[in-house]
Amino acid sequence: MTTDTVTAHVNGEARALPSGTTVADLVPAEWKQGVAVARNDEIVPRATWATTPVADGDAIEIVRPVQGG
Amino acid sequence: MTNIDPRAPLPGEEPWELAGLTLTSRLLLGTSRYPSTQVLLDALDASGTQFVTVALRRVDPNIGDDGESLYDLLTARGLHLLPNTAGCFTAKEAVLIAELGREALGTSRVKLEVIADEETLLPDVEELLVAARELVSRGFQVLPYTTDDPIIARRLEEIGCVAVMPLGAPIGSGLGIRNPHNIQMIKERAGVPVIVDAGVGTASDAAVAFELGVDAVLMNTAVAQARQPVRMARAMRAAAIAGREAFLAGRMPKRFWGEASSPMDGRISAAQQAAWP
Repeated sequence: MTTDTVTAHVNGEARALPSGTTVADLVPAEWKQGVAVARNDEIVPRATWATTPVADGDAIEIVRPVQGG
Repeated sequence: MTNIDPRAPLPGEEPWELAGLTLTSRLLLGTSRYPSTQVLLDALDASGTQFVTVALRRVDPNIGDDGESLYDLLTARGLHLLPNTAGCFTAKEAVLIAELGREALGTSRVKLEVIADEETLLPDVEELLVAARELVSRGFQVLPYTTDDPIIARRLEEIGCVAVMPLGAPIGSGLGIRNPHNIQMIKERAGVPVIVDAGVGTASDAAVAFELGVDAVLMNTAVAQARQPVRMARAMRAAAIAGREAFLAGRMPKRFWGEASSPMDGRISAAQQAAWP
């Protein structure tokens, strides 16, 4: 079965994404610094964002530094 | 006796080493709970800190920055960032957050925090030790927030942590250094820097920590929730210098009874006479 979309959880929210979406597509371009991505509890290094496709059922976490103690 | 030029400017901010950094300030500051970003930045400046903690959280990628990000603001000031694992209850969560922090900030330093419950916010030392071991094996420079238990502090050092950070009192409590003797025991035996993390409520608490000999103090709420955070930040800087200097000077022994400061020799005494008319 082929589908046009994949469903992934991005920061806990279910999103339908076009097939072929990569991790790089999920991160706003202006966030060049100070951002990290995990896919299914594994770090996706920045260098591989553009070559890491989002698969159906993936849990993607995008985090940035915020005020903390 | 060390020769000290009594007119020399106050030291207490000589260079020291922490996790591969050469710092002059002995204050580490958290960046949370300030009334505004501007007050935060002014307070950091006033404290003289060079090393500040940040948390890592989900940020909605659909919402762009409405200005400079916290990362930009802090790094533009030349501050070193220490990502924390705040909010983690298990070693597994803490290791993932630490990895995200390393990736986001490009630093292998991490303030490792594994909390047992939300009411006490006390460290879960069992999970802490597991996480510390794992992170050290993955090449992290681990600065663990821990209890004031000297045995656990020693274990963390043996695991390879680059500092130990015993609490003075629960996070955000402002209760001061509840067990100074334990803090002193930890410092006496530690081969890595000892940083009191959590519990400081006001300047005298920070001074007490430094008088015990600790290398640094990490604080957040005491400054952020003061009525005037910038002023309290300045007070903390002064307290760090005062406490550190007092420690280096070596305090006088405590005595049960009084001991006169002025000499008794050569004093005059009034003749025995009736009371005042």
